[in-house]
Amino acid sequence: MQVAITVNGVVHERDVDPRTLLVHFLREELDLTGTKIGCDTSQCGACTVHLDGKVLKSCTLLAVQADGAEVTTIEGLAENGEHHPMQTAFWENHGLQCGYCTPGMIMASAAFVRDNPGASEGEIRHYLEGNICRCTGYHNIVKAVKQVADAAAGA
Amino acid sequence: MWPNKFDYVRAGSVDEALSSITDDGKFLAGGHSLLPVMKLRLDAPEQLVDIGRIPELQGISANGGLTIGAGATHDAIATSADVQAMCGALASACGQVGDQGVRNFGTLGGNIAHADPASDPPTVLVAVGASVNIQGAGGSRSVGAGDFFVDLFETALDDGELITSVSVPDLSDHQSAYVKFPHPASRYAIVGVCVALKMNDDGSCDHAHVAVGGATVKAVRCSSAEAALAGTTVDDAAVNAAAEAVKSDISEWLAGDIAYPESYRQQMAGVFLKRAVAVAQG
Repeated sequence: MQVAITVNGVVHERDVDPRTLLVHFLREELDLTGTKIGCDTSQCGACTVHLDGKVLKSCTLLAVQADGAEVTTIEGLAENGEHHPMQTAFWENHGLQCGYCTPGMIMASAAFVRDNPGASEGEIRHYLEGNICRCTGYHNIVKAVKQVADAAAGA
Repeated sequence: MWPNKFDYVRAGSVDEALSSITDDGKFLAGGHSLLPVMKLRLDAPEQLVDIGRIPELQGISANGGLTIGAGATHDAIATSADVQAMCGALASACGQVGDQGVRNFGTLGGNIAHADPASDPPTVLVAVGASVNIQGAGGSRSVGAGDFFVDLFETALDDGELITSVSVPDLSDHQSAYVKFPHPASRYAIVGVCVALKMNDDGSCDHAHVAVGGATVKAVRCSSAEAALAGTTVDDAAVNAAAEAVKSDISEWLAGDIAYPESYRQQMAGVFLKRAVAVAQG
């Protein structure tokens, strides 16, 4: 089936098998391998992207369902060569160890802070229940998100 | 994991969806119940009819009660001011489904068609006496939520029938809550309890709605727990009596696993009924 999906501002037209999941489309058709496959059961959040601005676990949507939509992946988050503030905060606070969950963490957190500037630590921890990290214990991840949330509230 | 191969049809209207579906086909809405099932090879439909873009299935309207389009997402329901006002427990339950990514795309219609016993919204729909509006090739019908959920992953839907909307009564004069004991890994309900209380001006309870899910193979309305609360001031004695009664209400429907056996979930149903009453009373 023919689809046209805008990914990071560029329209990609492809003929896909209908059973192609969006995450496969991104990784295997477009070589955008920043988006990871973790649990593959919509629990861990490693495959998190934005679809029309909303957080989505891209292992749980068919590419044909995203036909006509706008997708943003970790590769598209930076603008004009500048890291997104969430990427900078993860860097500054060392909000990662192995890095596998990081793209999903950053995509989920960026959307969360966009919608909830000034979020509390408790709200951040609750929100991130959909993104699992097995290394950090979450401490520095939460610190990073809180830094951006505080800055967004002060702006 | 890739799902099985299937033919894909995108329907633009309910009529088109109903005329497109084949004997081995399934309707695809948000896909957040169906696609995981297909990826795990628990189901392998030969055709998917995508109903995710049908305008008639979208939206939430309030007119003496709620009409929630089958395609309304959990997030849309959880954040709807109308739902919060008319059925707070339903907004709360939808806000506890999965996580934000799941709630953004998972739909109420898909959720109840899937009929996972550990899911949250069915328990509220059964408690408050919602009805499920269904359309098929032969016409439309409406089924009470208590009759819609038949057994484990089994509903009253016939082959080729489509859920178009769910009607929820206006319970803005009730105090309602949905409280669950989430599984520590999956966040599915080990036990979920919905309580809605209609209180009289004199402080007595006119009537109560109670249902339990998670602990059972389907969401179960709990009439003896409701009777234990009605006519009381919902004091400790009444709530304790309801917590005992709820265990017998669910006894024939209990479900369990090696970590959380039936006897434990039955006990927890009583505990979480008390918590739900406390949350409902704010």
